[in-house]
Amino acid sequence: MHGSHTTGSPYAPHTAEDRTAMLEAVDAETVEDLFDIPGDIRFDGQFGIDARTERETRRLVRSVLGRNDDRTELLGRGHYGYYIPSLVDHLADRSEFLTSYTQYQPEISQGFLQALFEYQSLLVELTGLEIANCSIYDAATALGEAATLADRVRDTSGHRVLVPELLREERRSTLANYVAGTDLVVEEYPIDDGNVDLAGLEETLDEDVVMVYAETPTVRGTIEERLSEIGDRAADADAFFVLGSDPIALSLLERPADVGADVVVGDASVLGLPTSYGMGLGLFATSEDYLRQVPGRLVGVSEDATDRRAFTLTLQTREQHIRRERATSNICTNQAWVALRTAIHAAVLGPSGMVELAKRAVTRAEDLAERLDDIVGVQAPIHDRRHFREFVASVDQPASAVAEDLEQLGFAVHVVGDHEIQICVAGVPDEELDRFVAALEEVAR
Amino acid sequence: MSDDGPDRDTTPAQSRYDQARYVENGEYESLLSEKDLTRITIGSGDDGDSDDGETTDSPLPDDLTRDSLELPELSEPELARHYTRLSQMIYGIDSGPYPLGSCTMKYNPKFTEDVAALPSAAVHPDRTEASVQGTLELLYRLQDYLGRIGGMDAVTLQPPAGAAGEFVGIRVAAAYHEHNGEGHRNEVIIPESAHGTNFASAALGGYDVVSLPSDDEGRVDLEALEAALSENTAALMLTNPNTLGLFERDITEIAEMVHDVGGLLYYDGANLNALLGRARPGDMGFDVMHYNVHKTFATPHGGGGPGAGPVGVVDELAPFLPAPRVRERDADPKAGEPVYERFEPEHTIGKVHGFDGNWLVLVKTFAYIARLGDEGLADASASAVLNANYLAEGIDYEIPYGPFHHEFVASAGEQDAADVAKRMLDYGVHPPTTKWPEIVPEALMTEPTEIESKDTLDRLAAAFNAVADEDDDTLEAAPERTTARRIDQTSAARNPRLSWQALEDDS
Repeated sequence: MHGSHTTGSPYAPHTAEDRTAMLEAVDAETVEDLFDIPGDIRFDGQFGIDARTERETRRLVRSVLGRNDDRTELLGRGHYGYYIPSLVDHLADRSEFLTSYTQYQPEISQGFLQALFEYQSLLVELTGLEIANCSIYDAATALGEAATLADRVRDTSGHRVLVPELLREERRSTLANYVAGTDLVVEEYPIDDGNVDLAGLEETLDEDVVMVYAETPTVRGTIEERLSEIGDRAADADAFFVLGSDPIALSLLERPADVGADVVVGDASVLGLPTSYGMGLGLFATSEDYLRQVPGRLVGVSEDATDRRAFTLTLQTREQHIRRERATSNICTNQAWVALRTAIHAAVLGPSGMVELAKRAVTRAEDLAERLDDIVGVQAPIHDRRHFREFVASVDQPASAVAEDLEQLGFAVHVVGDHEIQICVAGVPDEELDRFVAALEEVAR
Repeated sequence: MSDDGPDRDTTPAQSRYDQARYVENGEYESLLSEKDLTRITIGSGDDGDSDDGETTDSPLPDDLTRDSLELPELSEPELARHYTRLSQMIYGIDSGPYPLGSCTMKYNPKFTEDVAALPSAAVHPDRTEASVQGTLELLYRLQDYLGRIGGMDAVTLQPPAGAAGEFVGIRVAAAYHEHNGEGHRNEVIIPESAHGTNFASAALGGYDVVSLPSDDEGRVDLEALEAALSENTAALMLTNPNTLGLFERDITEIAEMVHDVGGLLYYDGANLNALLGRARPGDMGFDVMHYNVHKTFATPHGGGGPGAGPVGVVDELAPFLPAPRVRERDADPKAGEPVYERFEPEHTIGKVHGFDGNWLVLVKTFAYIARLGDEGLADASASAVLNANYLAEGIDYEIPYGPFHHEFVASAGEQDAADVAKRMLDYGVHPPTTKWPEIVPEALMTEPTEIESKDTLDRLAAAFNAVADEDDDTLEAAPERTTARRIDQTSAARNPRLSWQALEDDS
């Protein structure tokens, strides 16, 4: 490149000479001549956005985000900030991973296709189901896709989707939007002490139900104890059993395939992503019975012209770029790079590391609950259940006041009731938990 | 290589481009599962008589746990090599030109990765408003930027991808009509050449799709539109420039026609890179639009995502947007800085994501827009349009429609466009999008974006032209010098093997 830049974008490389030569080649006097826009709608104003140098832009973002307070986050409820090994960042940030597009030309995308194939394989092992797609946006959208899948594959005219009465409102709302264009309605079944009220579920089950959704661990951190029975009840009613979970929990808890799950959804970004203000990675696994109805992209094995193993996106006739309004889903751009991060993180942990992390989620939550229960003015956990990673504690003081006082001391917890706070140990180092116990002792009285 | 590009007899081996790759002994990288699979048996240990792997004690009773977990167990150095090798078998925009039409594959500045990785960007979505004022301020400022750029009154940042944005637009339109007692509107009109996601998003929203043919010049056929419009029309979805790169010059009239029957005009932002600073969807009469911020404003595509698909609307539709949005409230009298809060629009459709969307992508978008400013954004479009026109001028394939903006659709004519693409891989470049839109036979949909230099465009044209001169046998045998040779798609679909577990079943 020669000469000086004459243009505004620092990433557009033309010099004045280039530009002149190019305009000449296309037989135009100015670039504006190439814009075929009627005069009455041509924009001649300014956005009023000042250009900055790279250094100034970094300072701007740093200073804006610098307004965030630094807190030890004991927050969970579906989104977790585990420690991420450095290897994950360094490998996933390799430019070929970051700057490639969807693998529509598999011959030059073998590396990413293999990584996604390995991600799918990870989920197959964790769920025991035969198929996993290579990502949806997050747990809530995966739940929505599960409902529309149930609607497509179930022959009967049923239209009720059952979800637990204790469910993140955000997930329920997202599900409601996903099914708004169908004849499905979302209804609740009761919860008893944090877990599914089996008798209550049974009462509301009938042949009009197309899908039963349950979570383990639940939004309150309890481990669902009767998954097989829930699966059986759903099967008896000829309804889809959709189970919400995540890769760390699935490393230890019952295999979804063994409890009759037809679909597993959840957020896989529990591995590989920092808290990221709720950015996620929707996991979606199901039985091979529904192979041709699965939403999203699938990577499969094939052979190349020399008969060597090769990977490719496959079964694309389900997808919207081919099937348009008859596609199984509108999902196109997905969370592929996050899936890569999750796969790398899982590989760094290995099976022993995954199980260990899951075991610690149980023992550390139980230990912390026990310590909090010893504090005057605190009872924990409030549910007489096994817990995973988080639990609800009741506080004698108003929960909002306790949370505010904790904020002042540098800790963030959820307020989930007038006198209930929720606490999550995921990713929080032991020393921080010690400090938290001391802080709660100070403010709970 | 001269400015004229390679000689016509240039063989692939002489190409300057070469994909980075490392293939050991001519073999492909083995799967993790082929390296070292370890089974961990979980439980009390009583039935831990498995002949392989270890047993671990569980803090839970056996009936709440799985029996075992079997995954690869490798050392960190082994993993570093595994994934590094995988990365060497991938072609990205940093590897070479990537003129993939409609996908807007442009260079992503590296500093945006660094700002997205700031520790202060990593906050939990359930933090209190008061403690994440920085996050809320960034979201607020980005809403504002996007509103100005699109000519829209209100913006939601929640949709995690372009198709998710389309779905939000459809849901907002439905809620608006419902609110006005016009819930009977059950049709969405979409040009035949539109992105497949438009159709799928409208169908997901419960609408019947009315397909609209193009006229002889590749634009919306106004007579056909007139015939398609009715009191059942909920919306017309349109991108402008359209997928042929052509500006819908009749857009004002189209908007009037749609509005006259009470429908809404939806703008698919996939091609917004062509218009920055030249025209705004809001000024053209669009009521609702999505922005593909990962295209227009550069965020690495990451092999298929994450992206983000913010949606902008005119005032009338703002009450229906997803919740929460962010607004500024009176300045904190003590600090003197503006205070930001989340709020729920009055008739909100609720949520379309479990939290607030793909935040890290939004940080990069904000940084990119702030870096370029008015002049840079306008120049991005100018250079993108100049590049498309210059490249088109240099290639021998016929381009049936014009004048185009940022992308053009050439026809491979007698050649098979998919084969042309495979052969282009041998020349070390990523091929255009093929066989779409179907209006053009054997379509080669090409979008060089603003980032390619004149030299690179000359070389790209030379690759096109070299392939144009080749015979079918050569094309069908391509690619020859890629990591994998031509891959059998049919066998992959006929005998789906979608996990390493399925490979074991196979043998």
